[in-house]
Amino acid sequence: MGKTFHRPKTMTKNHTHYCPGCTHGVAHRLVAEVIDELGIRDRTVGIAPVGCAVLIYNYIDCDFQEAAHGRAPAMATGIKRVRPDLVVFTYQGDGDLASIGTNEIIHAANRGEKFTTIFVNNAVYGMTGGQMAPTTLPNQRTTTTPSGRNTTSTGMPIRLSEMLATLNTPGYITRQALIRPKYILKARKAIKQAFTYQLENRCFSLVEVISTCPTNWGMTPVAAVDWAEENLLAYYPLGDIKTPA
Amino acid sequence: MKGNEAIAEAAVRAGCLNYFAYPITPQSEIAEYLSWRLPEVGGVFLQAESEVAVGYMIFGAAAAGARVFTSSSSPGISLMSEAISYIAAAECPAVFVNMCRVGPGLGGILPSQADYFQSVKGGGHGDYRLLVLAPASVQEAVEMTMMAFPLAEKYRNPVMIMGDGLIGQMMEPVAFPEGLAQEPSNKDDWATNGMATRNSERRNLVKTLYLDAQEANQHNLKLKAKYDRMKQEDVLFEPYRLGGDYELLIVSYGTMSRVCRTTIDNLKEEGVEVGMIRPRTVFPFPEKAVFDAASKDSCKHVVSIEMSMGQLVEDVERSVRGIRPVTWYGKCGGEVPTPEEVSAFLKEMLSERSVLRTDLNGGLYGQDVS
Repeated sequence: MGKTFHRPKTMTKNHTHYCPGCTHGVAHRLVAEVIDELGIRDRTVGIAPVGCAVLIYNYIDCDFQEAAHGRAPAMATGIKRVRPDLVVFTYQGDGDLASIGTNEIIHAANRGEKFTTIFVNNAVYGMTGGQMAPTTLPNQRTTTTPSGRNTTSTGMPIRLSEMLATLNTPGYITRQALIRPKYILKARKAIKQAFTYQLENRCFSLVEVISTCPTNWGMTPVAAVDWAEENLLAYYPLGDIKTPA
Repeated sequence: MKGNEAIAEAAVRAGCLNYFAYPITPQSEIAEYLSWRLPEVGGVFLQAESEVAVGYMIFGAAAAGARVFTSSSSPGISLMSEAISYIAAAECPAVFVNMCRVGPGLGGILPSQADYFQSVKGGGHGDYRLLVLAPASVQEAVEMTMMAFPLAEKYRNPVMIMGDGLIGQMMEPVAFPEGLAQEPSNKDDWATNGMATRNSERRNLVKTLYLDAQEANQHNLKLKAKYDRMKQEDVLFEPYRLGGDYELLIVSYGTMSRVCRTTIDNLKEEGVEVGMIRPRTVFPFPEKAVFDAASKDSCKHVVSIEMSMGQLVEDVERSVRGIRPVTWYGKCGGEVPTPEEVSAFLKEMLSERSVLRTDLNGGLYGQDVS
């Protein structure tokens, strides 16, 4: 009998530094599996974010550039414009993409840049220690909203994927989740679809993945999954938000 | 040709076919020119959403191994300075053209040299340097643009061409020297150009994060060694009338140095000998040339003449090392000092009633206190 489950070729043997219950490892693995499946490792360039996943290149084994906070879409644009034959993906958190990097992602999507963005939304700033993110839910406690997010002074959580979907330029925008196997299987399909659109030189593609941060949410990994399913999925509905015509 | 357009064409002739930019006066002609010229030669032209984004498009493209450049003016360079710090840290070659305008803040759109500190001391965070070329004519701007790309690749470091609005807007005859264009260097050992491109199973990383203190120190020592090498190998300057027994030594660069040349010629006719060192690279700075010229027995005084409020003078003072009094004269830009004004200032300095001081903290230097 052959092996039915193995380490993707595009993943290194390193153990991740992520906290127990964090879904970054799942997201990394899905990306690596898709890169393997499409056979594109030797022409893929990833852009590492600022945040917990800055060391993504310790785990995903292809060429990588390390971005400044929020600027990955501009770097990806630079690469794709001068080397359209390369496959480029950015991997960005919610603070990165939905706060400091909104300008870059909106314009990259609007120009229809042919790269793929993995947007990890866990409703909190992870590496800096659990501060409010633009995606933090109303009344959610964070280290900068100790009494819960007050939407009167901080506004409502941003649904960045829906915002991007309003652009008239064709694109693939989808929201998936990494919190249970049934969601993860769909997320994998979406990530493969996103890279496929890029390979077809068809459109900009973005896969938002609803993720957990048990450490900064102050929950056990199991409780975090339940909380995310009950609360995050209610505010951030799953499914394709926009597909290229 | 107009300076800005000449720079744009020089980049194309230098083999740089990738340009990302955001419009800003007084250099938007560079983007306008390249918007039709680059497609003609199969190059990449992209108007970005901001100078912040431009900086990272340059970073991404340079890190992927492409020859790439942008142009802007002072406020735009401030916005790009974040990326410039990263590009220097990541050791990627790229060229930035700054057609300086009056600052601070919005300042104005007229020519200035007020970005001297920003250009030569580092506009962004951290210990890094740019190799900064300062042209004084459209012809020199063309030549420096063509030199900039091989220099950036030699050092794997950003190179800046620090002009001013006058260089960009002025029309002068130009020639594009064939010999200056060089083939891009091989970047396979570090660029993220895809493993298949370099036929390798080893991936490349372009990064600036050094969490380990020792590694961070080693990385900075490596960068410092590079900047020290620039000081050994690529200092450029032009001496002017240093053969005679000059009483005064001027240090001036760019557009301002042209006014000084006229001043020096006029004063010679009146029997006053003045010499000049014109730095062509402001980093690395021609420290030794300035020191040697200041050391001449006849030289009584050194004066930095600049379109900024006392920035170049700090490098001049440093280079003169206290052996001669150093004075500043200048304007912030916009209004370019005329030969007559410079001449009047120099004569005042040489007159007996002058009490000009060298004490930079005294608040007296460079002012008429008669």
